[in-house]
Amino acid sequence: MSELTAYEISKKSREKGRPTAVKYIEKITENFFELHGDRKFGDDKSVVCGVAEIHGKPVTVIGIEKGDSTNEKVLRNFGCAHPEGYRKALRLMRQAEKFRRPVLCFVDTSGAFCGIDAEERGQAEAIADNIMSMMGLKTPILSVVIGEGGSGGALALAAADEVWITETSTYSVISPEGCASILFKDSARAKEAAEALKMTAPDLKELGAVEKVIAEDGFGEEFFEKLKDDIAAFFEEKSKMSTDELVARRYDRFRRIG
Amino acid sequence: MGFDIRKFFFRKPNIALEGGEDDANAFVPEKAAIKCEKCKTLILSDDLSANGKVCAKCGYHFKMGARERIRYISDEGEFEELFADVTAGNRLDFPDYDDKLEKARAASGENEAVVCGEAKIGGINAVCFAMEPKFMMGSMGAAAGEKITRAFEYAAEKKLPVIGFALSGGARMQEGIISLMQMAKTSGAVLRHSQAGGLYISVLTDPTTGGVSASFAFEADIIIAEPAALIGFAGPRVIEQTIRQKLPAGFQRAEFLLGKGFVDAIVDRRNLKNTLSFLLSLHEEKTAKETNDEEAAV
Repeated sequence: MSELTAYEISKKSREKGRPTAVKYIEKITENFFELHGDRKFGDDKSVVCGVAEIHGKPVTVIGIEKGDSTNEKVLRNFGCAHPEGYRKALRLMRQAEKFRRPVLCFVDTSGAFCGIDAEERGQAEAIADNIMSMMGLKTPILSVVIGEGGSGGALALAAADEVWITETSTYSVISPEGCASILFKDSARAKEAAEALKMTAPDLKELGAVEKVIAEDGFGEEFFEKLKDDIAAFFEEKSKMSTDELVARRYDRFRRIG
Repeated sequence: MGFDIRKFFFRKPNIALEGGEDDANAFVPEKAAIKCEKCKTLILSDDLSANGKVCAKCGYHFKMGARERIRYISDEGEFEELFADVTAGNRLDFPDYDDKLEKARAASGENEAVVCGEAKIGGINAVCFAMEPKFMMGSMGAAAGEKITRAFEYAAEKKLPVIGFALSGGARMQEGIISLMQMAKTSGAVLRHSQAGGLYISVLTDPTTGGVSASFAFEADIIIAEPAALIGFAGPRVIEQTIRQKLPAGFQRAEFLLGKGFVDAIVDRRNLKNTLSFLLSLHEEKTAKETNDEEAAV
């Protein structure tokens, strides 16, 4: 993959046809049962949540879903969550904590939804609450970036024990276009911004923002099988740890960045 | 007067989700007299400073520097700075960032976008931090995140309350993913301080947006906003560009957030010290002896 430039990878991370969260949920978990709604306002279809099993062990799964077809994209709001989406995710993380099952998040979003209704319902508060709550959640959390990891809207589901990323995914404080337009006053300089932001998997690993880069191998059956086994092994290992140690290590993971 | 005062005060909204650090207007320039941005009254600079940088006629709150803010609410001479040596570096070799940092330091006289320390407010010790508008509009990178994290860790260890003045255009783009990670780092420290029983009062000032509003600014026990402060996740310009329509008047202002239930109270800056003193004393842990002594004194 090293032959691709950062901007090419950034475009690839948003390309039509790559597997989205529901595909990962289908391939990696068994008996997924979707749980809807934040019990406060509504059900955000950009965030798919539920309970399932991985190799027979219970897990709570949360994924930001962009949708594949045009209809599906509209239904999913292009993977841009509203506050109620983050609050639904938090509700189910709390539930996972209660029943001591691990939380698996799939992250794929250009960012939290930017609009009047999202602001009115407290987008900032919702994201802040998720991040702070995840920092203390007494159950293992693994987040996998499977496309775009866009800013605070991605971090709201990635304040985790580990963050993994597939090799043509990105994770960044801002999109290359947004950065170019604000800092370089020219959105055409997105290519340059993509390089400068160090948003690709190898750079993120070097900076300590992700632990593992996952080879995609064309997203075939083997890719999902291997990922499933790795996730199961990760949760197995983390389940042996005391919750105090788990939470302390999560704190240290972020504490040492910067 | 030989200068065109309008160029100082007629600013276009320039607040993006992340960044917006070029919005260097809206500050009181070093002039003898200033025209209020809202009511256009000409105010003497000295009078404005004496009034907490609030227009005496219409109540418009001008921006305030970090150090000035802490001084304004602290008891006379009761502020000791902490973590002053924490400074930003250009970890990503981001183009023009070194230059921007240098300019921000020159413009603000500060090393970083946050000033932290221990202060006494109404006789009660508290850890305070304030964000500096002249330092890249309070943008949060590794150093700002580190200082705020240390402030909460220090407060947790010393069992002190925290008062934080949020002011930020968001995460500092030039530090890429490292700046995003500061949201989790600071949030973790806020949580630890909270779990240790510590009181945290967040004061949202104009503007509080992006990665700062979506982390420690909104994680406090009590959230106070200054009148008319712009508070939100996405900046208004970004929203208008996205939805291609004008935003309603007053949208994302402190009064709007109060109505929607996202801030506890709006407090005029001139009453802030009294309010903070009261809230601190209400939460002060007193020994049984102190309580008895007070009752005896009444």
